[in-house]
Amino acid sequence: MSTDAPPTDATKLFHPHFAGHDQISARTLGFWLYMLSDALIFTALFAAYAVLNNPMSAAGGPIAPQVVNPVEGLWQTYAVLGSVATYSLGTVALKSGNKAGVMLGIILSIVLALVFLGFETHDLLGLLAKGDGPARSGYLSAFFILIATHGLHMVFGIIWMLVMLVQIPTMGFTANVVARLINLRMFWQFQATIWVLVYIYVYMIGAY
Amino acid sequence: MQVAIQGPWSPLFGRLTLASIPYHTPILIATFAGVAVIGLVIVGAVLYYNKLGYLWREWITTVDHKKIGVMYIILGLVMLVRGFADGLMIRTQQAMAIGPNSPGILGAQHGFLPPFHFDQIYSAHGTVMILFAATPILTGLTNVIVPLQIGARDMAFPYMNALSLWLTTAGAILVMLSLFVGDFSAAGWVGLIPLTELPYSPGVGVDYWMWAIQISSIGTTLNAINMIVTIIKMRAPGMSWFRLPVFTWTTLSTNIIGLTAFPVLGVALGLLGADRYLGAHFYTAGLGGNLMLYTNLFWIWGHPEVYFLVLPAFGIFSEIIPTFSEKPLFGYTTMVAATFAIAGISWAVWLHHFFTMAAGPDVNGFFSIATMLVGIPTGVKVFNWMFTLYRGRLTFATPMLWSLAGLFLLLAGGITGMMLAIPAINYSVHDSVFVIAHFHCMVLLIGAAMFAAVSYWFPKVFGIQLDERNGLMFFWTFIAATGIVFIAMFALGFEGETRRLAYIYDPAWRPMLWTEEAGMMLYIVSIGYFARMLYVSLRDRIPVPADPWGTSRTLEFLTHSPVPFYNFAVTPQVNARDELAWRRDHGLEKTQPDAFEVIHMPCNSAIPFIIGMLAMAFGFGLIWRIWWMFGAALLGIVIAVIIRSFDKNLGYEIQPEEVAAMERNLATAGIIAEQPARKPLTEAEAH
Repeated sequence: MSTDAPPTDATKLFHPHFAGHDQISARTLGFWLYMLSDALIFTALFAAYAVLNNPMSAAGGPIAPQVVNPVEGLWQTYAVLGSVATYSLGTVALKSGNKAGVMLGIILSIVLALVFLGFETHDLLGLLAKGDGPARSGYLSAFFILIATHGLHMVFGIIWMLVMLVQIPTMGFTANVVARLINLRMFWQFQATIWVLVYIYVYMIGAY
Repeated sequence: MQVAIQGPWSPLFGRLTLASIPYHTPILIATFAGVAVIGLVIVGAVLYYNKLGYLWREWITTVDHKKIGVMYIILGLVMLVRGFADGLMIRTQQAMAIGPNSPGILGAQHGFLPPFHFDQIYSAHGTVMILFAATPILTGLTNVIVPLQIGARDMAFPYMNALSLWLTTAGAILVMLSLFVGDFSAAGWVGLIPLTELPYSPGVGVDYWMWAIQISSIGTTLNAINMIVTIIKMRAPGMSWFRLPVFTWTTLSTNIIGLTAFPVLGVALGLLGADRYLGAHFYTAGLGGNLMLYTNLFWIWGHPEVYFLVLPAFGIFSEIIPTFSEKPLFGYTTMVAATFAIAGISWAVWLHHFFTMAAGPDVNGFFSIATMLVGIPTGVKVFNWMFTLYRGRLTFATPMLWSLAGLFLLLAGGITGMMLAIPAINYSVHDSVFVIAHFHCMVLLIGAAMFAAVSYWFPKVFGIQLDERNGLMFFWTFIAATGIVFIAMFALGFEGETRRLAYIYDPAWRPMLWTEEAGMMLYIVSIGYFARMLYVSLRDRIPVPADPWGTSRTLEFLTHSPVPFYNFAVTPQVNARDELAWRRDHGLEKTQPDAFEVIHMPCNSAIPFIIGMLAMAFGFGLIWRIWWMFGAALLGIVIAVIIRSFDKNLGYEIQPEEVAAMERNLATAGIIAEQPARKPLTEAEAH
């Protein structure tokens, strides 16, 4: 079905000064693909949680209603969604090139992420203190690893934000910095989405 | 939260003691001596010819996709030899240890390998061949070829490309290190559960296996992202989707598989890590673990991985067969559709690896039918290749011979695969060597495609001929050996020999086992011819034109041989599906651009190599539970990434006069040539 036309006088064989691709759009696509792979990691962890979320895998230890605290989890949800909101307000300031506004948004976002992690650490340390750590049963292993993997992603996001707090004043809004800010926003929104799924699946459904 | 481990542990060296060095195993001493001698010769030669600086500047720190691809392929070939040595030892052990009266040497009761050592060898054979030989070679090929086929100057993320290479290398080094420091997993390359759990595998073997795979598969995932973005974003003007060469299409589909499958492997092994390091109970036999959770997660990656390897092989056949038939590929559109159909089904067949887990007839039925469905698009492909051959003007150069042999192997492997897809048959041959013979036909078809690709594109990349005479001998000995080993193995499978036997209890199998051993000897001969082929080619260095075959069809054969480091002096405008064939048909293939222009290139960077080596230290620290090393390496990686993010290097520019000079004297721009030091652009020049 090849319908390639024969050459004419207007046929070009070379394309001098071809601009190539746009760096920010390539990086954004690449980052979307990275998040797809990250989503697969969480999918597999949710699957593992689903398989191990039954009385037999609890092996005589506590099961979901005795482990999860949906009220504390609700505060965590508010914190993580608030963190996304403040970051997004920061990126609104990016449109006008307002460095102080972007940085303020990031700082608030870090504070709220720390609140989130504070609740989570309190939660997990409390379980460990009761002797209900990941080594207690298959169910608790799945619970701990799912929560901790998400928590590690949040820590990674905070480190990234700290780096941006240095780069914005020193480097300004270069193409690299802007690409990083946009990708970080997607990353942050994505982690919040994962948390909402965790909250619904592990905390709300698990509570009763 | 450290779990209790057997044996001594110290904060400084972790579990590492002098007793971890296997100096009492003669085979390993001999291997170590061999490796040490080869290593010393290589290091000595580099120092003697004063090439250390060249290696560092032009190869180790490079971000050029062709050099990275070549290094991937070299890594894969080295590991291929390692994997073959393992296979040879397996076959030799089985040829020796037959019946209760068979003698034993070197501390073994029968044969020459004690069972624990034999178990490590077959585990290493599978791991090395799939993950450290086939995967790097195919990744390397896609790295070299795809940017050229789509008319791009480089990959979308050249720096990340180098990072992928060095992460894969770090994993490979860890596998090799397990030979001489500690031991390797004895639980099969699939990690048989719960054998891989700490109580049953208390040593460091499973840890070596697990972390080597984890680190290299991060590299593979990053490479998949890079490849997909490159194909979507970097095509030359005029290269619309349905003008993409089929190899590029298969690379796209294979990397979509890689991107979605490798994270699941990461989770499967990560949860095993949680069991072994934190005392979790994901897969343990007691306290609520679930053995089948591991098996399912592993094969949810494992089966797509098979298609991750086979689809580029199909792409290679689709490039080579039209070239040597002097016809366009028959049924281009159906070929693309079949590629994506195979990729799509690949996610829905994993359970056929364990039909015997007793999931019930409904589940087995679903996966059985899904597996058989794969035969439809694969059949479409085979018929397309046959119709391409039909009434073509055939030339039987080595790449063509490898491709045709690959089709026969695909037929043998595919038909036996259809048999195995029927649960009733599967129950009677499960874990027999019939299965082994089946999947070796498949992976050797991938091997045939790899050798086809190497012989097809070698002249293009290096600008010199690959010796045809030794190449032909390599081909015939290799294919004959394959037939001898695996036809015998099919027979033994029907006679009921199960896999992974360190001792053969039925002397009636002796003739077939000795036949297999004879085939292995022929493989050794073929490796000799391969080495001789490389030696003769490098000795004679016969230059080739831009299109070494004279009938090539795709864009990579438009640029010069050897390919200049900037790929195309001026980006080509694509006018047809088989652009080069179209230009040749209209007498335009020799037309050069009227004027040259400034070319912007990225600068080299040492950071990917540094991160790769830190990742190796990270893995080594985890394997031996040397916590300070693990922590320091992890911190080092984070710091290296942050330092890189502050890098303001804007790349460099090559002026048109210099491009013109290099186009006149191609040897100065080829892959072997050393480039003068180039100054990065300053902020002012960039605007």
